[in-house]
Amino acid sequence: MTEWARVLLPLPVVLPLFAAGLTLALARRPRAQRTISVTALSVVVAASVAVLVLTDRGRGTYSVDVGGWPARLGIPLVADRLSALMLVVSSVVTLAVLVYSLAQGVADGEEGTPVSIYHPTYLVLSAGVSNAFLSGDLFNLYVGFEILLAASYILLTLGGTAARVRAGTTYVVVSLLSSMVFLTAIALVYAATGTVNMAELSVRLRDVDPDVQLVLHLLLLVGFGIKAAVFPLSAWLPDSYPTAPAPVTAVFAGLLTKVGVYAIIRTETLLFPGGQASRLLLWVALATMVVGILGAVAQNDVKRLLSFTLVSHIGYMVFGVALGTAGGLSGAVFYVAHHITVQTTLFLVTGLIERCAGSTSLDALGSLAKRTPLLAVLFFVPAMNLAGIPPFSGFLGKLGLLQAGVDVGTWPAYVLVAGGVVTSLLTLYAIAKVWNRAFWQEPQTEPSGEVGGLATATRVGTRTPLGMVVPTAALVAVGVGITVVAGPLFGISDRAAQDLLDRTPYTSTVLHDRVPEVGS
Amino acid sequence: MSPNLTLIVVSGVLVACGVALLLERTLTRVLVGVVLLGNGINVLFLVASGRPGRAPILSGGTTAETMSDPLPQAMVLTAIVITLGMVAFVLALAYRSWQIGGHDEVQDDVEDRRIVRRAELDETSASYDDDTTATSSEQGVSP
Repeated sequence: MTEWARVLLPLPVVLPLFAAGLTLALARRPRAQRTISVTALSVVVAASVAVLVLTDRGRGTYSVDVGGWPARLGIPLVADRLSALMLVVSSVVTLAVLVYSLAQGVADGEEGTPVSIYHPTYLVLSAGVSNAFLSGDLFNLYVGFEILLAASYILLTLGGTAARVRAGTTYVVVSLLSSMVFLTAIALVYAATGTVNMAELSVRLRDVDPDVQLVLHLLLLVGFGIKAAVFPLSAWLPDSYPTAPAPVTAVFAGLLTKVGVYAIIRTETLLFPGGQASRLLLWVALATMVVGILGAVAQNDVKRLLSFTLVSHIGYMVFGVALGTAGGLSGAVFYVAHHITVQTTLFLVTGLIERCAGSTSLDALGSLAKRTPLLAVLFFVPAMNLAGIPPFSGFLGKLGLLQAGVDVGTWPAYVLVAGGVVTSLLTLYAIAKVWNRAFWQEPQTEPSGEVGGLATATRVGTRTPLGMVVPTAALVAVGVGITVVAGPLFGISDRAAQDLLDRTPYTSTVLHDRVPEVGS
Repeated sequence: MSPNLTLIVVSGVLVACGVALLLERTLTRVLVGVVLLGNGINVLFLVASGRPGRAPILSGGTTAETMSDPLPQAMVLTAIVITLGMVAFVLALAYRSWQIGGHDEVQDDVEDRRIVRRAELDETSASYDDDTTATSSEQGVSP
């Protein structure tokens, strides 16, 4: 079993990087590029599923010492149930979006954009996300972040049009700043403890002065908070995401913020369990949920509206993490898995809408349901899922979180439960607004230049390629499938939460059962 | 461990200048800010590495006691490379911005401008004038 882990764990990081190099070398042969990237990501999906099965059925946590250096000297890659689950969801989403973007690229004739760099960049992004999920070392986590951010900068400004450069500037500068904060935190953590290995840190940080702990904790939270887009560090997101091409926005919305959430989960459970900042996180979660959704309600553009709901729903996950109980963590883990799928699907559907109608502004859209009933179905299912209508996984995830909040039973928890319910209702309102106006009502105004400015030049009226519809439909099916397998999935997330709270499975696996020295 | 005061001051000044420049609207200044900020933090790593010593190479009689901590130096090297890459990208972005618009100032978002204009006109929602729900929730955002 352990031998399998040795092969499987590095695969999601190494294979896309290798494939990225290969596709860069084959820049002039688009067909070869497509084959390589689809194959590489398919293998990554298979490997991630295998890792999940291995961790959930097996010992729970596996670690691989990269280069054969033992954990304290070298950098370990660690997979526990949480990271394995994240890997599976992220790799499935990445693959689906890749197929979608290929079909769109083929249909659009790929003019004006240097598509030869699309594949390498996309693969590097995938490698960075996997690296962040698997890293057992704070500095390697930073490197993972930088890999995925560097790739995301390029994807966001692809083609270098004026709108994308403008949006990209905000995004790049804010991301650079968050990386700097994170790097400062790493330097200070090293100064305080003499290690950046997360397993060892979880032991050594206990002996650090509580005030110093608080500073380190807050620095890490601010760094990750910017990446996860929690209020008040979220203002950059609705500004920068909507201008990118639809598949790029989809994969960003699904994955990049979740990497931040994942890092927050690790900080809260492994490094600073029961830290002083956790109470602060509760209020941050509330503000994120409520302010985010109020922003969404005020929007007239589907992409921007979805970006705001993305911010808002990050609040749910932070809520679960901030509760710090097994129920809260389990709910948060489940919600992350659900939300990655659903949010990505919604952005892909928006891409289809943009393609069909030439705009994503609600003022210009209308009666889409009559024109393309299939699109209506594709939008309706994930939209209701996002709003949390009973049979879907969004409902189950929210229910789990609210239940966990009620179980804690303190008054801030009750306030957050109320906030969660209100947010859910407002999400339903915002989504219903899109549903009504884009799919049923007649367009109220002619498409105006200013509002439709976000929409990139697409060919209105051309047939939507099958290659775009199939991956979207597949992701919608995965979203529904999460509801079907909600029982086992909640089982996994419960066990993951238990592992996170115990901490010993993680530390003893990484440090190979050696009792770490206390103090530095 | 007593930290090196000079290094801390250098790091502090670099970070302060970096942050000040980062708040500018011109992308080139932001770029210089990023460079200063990155270097300030790199110096901080040297502070974190503790007592200075001989080169961390096991030859010429250097022992573990006399060498300086190699790990922060490895991390600084990585960070320098990453910052360099990012700076190159921002430089390209600034150049492209200048190519498109003739300047490299960071522009306002179109949507932000629209909302500001709405606030100036004291107008609540362009499309939902008759709907009180949208109005009240929108006012909830502003305080």
